[in-house]
Amino acid sequence: MTTLTLSKALNEGLRKALEDNPKTVIMGEDVGKLGGVFRVTDGLQKDFGEARVIDTPLAESGIIGTAIGLALRGYRPICEIQFDGFVFPAFDQIVTQLAKMRYRSLGTVRLPIVVRIPFGGGIGAVEHHSESPESLFAHTPGLRVISCGDPADAYTMIQQAARSDDPVMFFEPKRRYWDKTDVATDAPLADALPMDSARVLVPGTDVTVLCYGPMVRTCAEAAVAAASDGRSLEVIDLRSLAPLDTDTIFASVRKTGRCVVVHEAVVTGGIGAEIAAQVTQECFYNLEAPVLRVGAYTTPYPPSRLEEHYLPDLDRILDGVDRTFGY
Amino acid sequence: MAVKDAGRAARSAKRAPAREPERQADSPELIQLLTPEGERVEHPDYPLDISVDEVKALYRDLVIVRRIDFEAIALQRQGELGIWASLLGQEAAQVGSGRALTPRDMAFPTYREHGVAWCRGLDPAKLLELYRGVSHGGWDPTEHNFHLYTIVIGSQTLHATGYAMGIQRDGAVGEDGEAVIVYFGDGATSQGDVNEAFIWASVNNAPVVFFCQNNQWAISEPLERQSRVPLYQRALGFGFPGVRVDGNDVLACLAVTRKAMQAAREGQGPTLIEAYTYRMGAHTTTDDPTRYRLSAELEAWKLKDPIERVKQYLIRTWQTEMSFFDEVEAEAAEVGVRVRRACLEMPDPQPLSMFDNVFTSETRQLAAERAEFAAYLDSFVAEEAAR
Repeated sequence: MTTLTLSKALNEGLRKALEDNPKTVIMGEDVGKLGGVFRVTDGLQKDFGEARVIDTPLAESGIIGTAIGLALRGYRPICEIQFDGFVFPAFDQIVTQLAKMRYRSLGTVRLPIVVRIPFGGGIGAVEHHSESPESLFAHTPGLRVISCGDPADAYTMIQQAARSDDPVMFFEPKRRYWDKTDVATDAPLADALPMDSARVLVPGTDVTVLCYGPMVRTCAEAAVAAASDGRSLEVIDLRSLAPLDTDTIFASVRKTGRCVVVHEAVVTGGIGAEIAAQVTQECFYNLEAPVLRVGAYTTPYPPSRLEEHYLPDLDRILDGVDRTFGY
Repeated sequence: MAVKDAGRAARSAKRAPAREPERQADSPELIQLLTPEGERVEHPDYPLDISVDEVKALYRDLVIVRRIDFEAIALQRQGELGIWASLLGQEAAQVGSGRALTPRDMAFPTYREHGVAWCRGLDPAKLLELYRGVSHGGWDPTEHNFHLYTIVIGSQTLHATGYAMGIQRDGAVGEDGEAVIVYFGDGATSQGDVNEAFIWASVNNAPVVFFCQNNQWAISEPLERQSRVPLYQRALGFGFPGVRVDGNDVLACLAVTRKAMQAAREGQGPTLIEAYTYRMGAHTTTDDPTRYRLSAELEAWKLKDPIERVKQYLIRTWQTEMSFFDEVEAEAAEVGVRVRRACLEMPDPQPLSMFDNVFTSETRQLAAERAEFAAYLDSFVAEEAAR
């Protein structure tokens, strides 16, 4: 058990992945000598060499396109997209090629590629550095979309993603890179919760609160605040957005009868909308109130001086929870 | 002033004479080993030691792939294929380059590389599956080292370059090395992915040959819409050699591709080959080229037919008997019959198979959707039985 920041936990997990399999390679912009702009790949090129930790030209489509070629040759690329808003030049290769190639090949091709994306706001960044594009990928068949919320999950989930034979979009909550918790680095990976399972983070009885990535900590804090008001929140870290662990979600909602989905992403057409539809269909007679979403408004990401108003925070989550009691 | 200048620039651009394809084709940099009349010529950089039997084998390939193409067009016209992308006119570029590959080399095609597919040993019926709508391709790329057809323009150039980077990491460059060839067209050279692939291949010195079949037309858009410089010259800006070869000359395509592939295998990095050719047919069976190009152009290119010149060469230089040509025709006809039969006998896929192979292991969600759809289909059977 050691105490690690989320960034360092990812770094250690990536190191394990490189040690585990000689075919694993890391590629991206500034991932080598610099160690990535968030230092997630710090020291890896020094220890594993330039052939395995590759500083690529500055072209995101090229990163994913060549990663596909490497995978076809038997390699297991872990790609870094430097910031959420920079993924779109690679969107075509991800959606048109990466997600579909196994299907097109009738299963003869496998593409074990991880695409790491630091996502979300809250760090006072300029435009295109604070976005939450995860639902665009969750909407795309053929991609597994996961997100870690704390250092312990960061450490295990990045290793699980690296071992997956399917493409994995791995969303890292960038404002939590510096959060620290204990990480069981000596625990066997086989004992870890599978990456496509949700986790009940805080058990509760009154309202189910679903979240992932940067909102996990915020929702856990909301549960503490709600408890002082006499309300018991059950906070679930979804961890996997595609596929969704609906068994865990439905079991909780059947118990509580109320559900609030929290994410930084725009609510329109988002993960929360999908969950609301599924929960309404499967838990209709258990619901005491409609499923509510707490997320970003349907505007582009605002200038950072406004982001505290744009992003869900503890108070907006509690407001959402309160509203489920108004029906 | 600025406005006036802009206007003048626009006018002068309009007045600028369109580059003559003929002049480009006859320019000194076009590598040719067999003239349209079937006369063997030498090129100092591309000596080709080839036996008559080898030429005959190339001739056989050319005739057969044209026949497969012909059969596929007919099948489309008869409603058996949804669409077909004809390779008519590009047989030499594809057979010449395709036969320059070793079994260990890897090829990344577009959707028109039926001739390359033939050279790699892929059953032509597999190609028809895609155009009939029975599968999206579905062959195992490792079986013939021939990747799936890529339909989005230029995407595969990056896959080929990444694959070549894998060859480098496997230590498979050098003596007895491996290399990759990737096919694309003149239109694709405008794609960002193709330009990114050039950069990646260049800075990594990757063992990949970029084989551009410049067939002059990207559906309705002539080369002038894609480039102001001859395409092969683009390579210079990226830092690797570019060559232009007579794409209707199977011997030149063979020699030029062999040399580029060998250079790549030995660690000398990428080459861009521009095979200068012509799309004799429509872009696909849904296209109507009479809307955008003159028949005179087509007539001029007919005189440069890639098959006829090999035939003339075999007759005049090697006194090949007519019986050889008859045998090849007969064999091609047999292949045509086989392809037709395979197409007509192709079963539609089972409805539930659409849930297969989305992931390496089925997710709970997909399993549930599969079960839901199966139950829905079964409900019709039950309804039928109740009647």
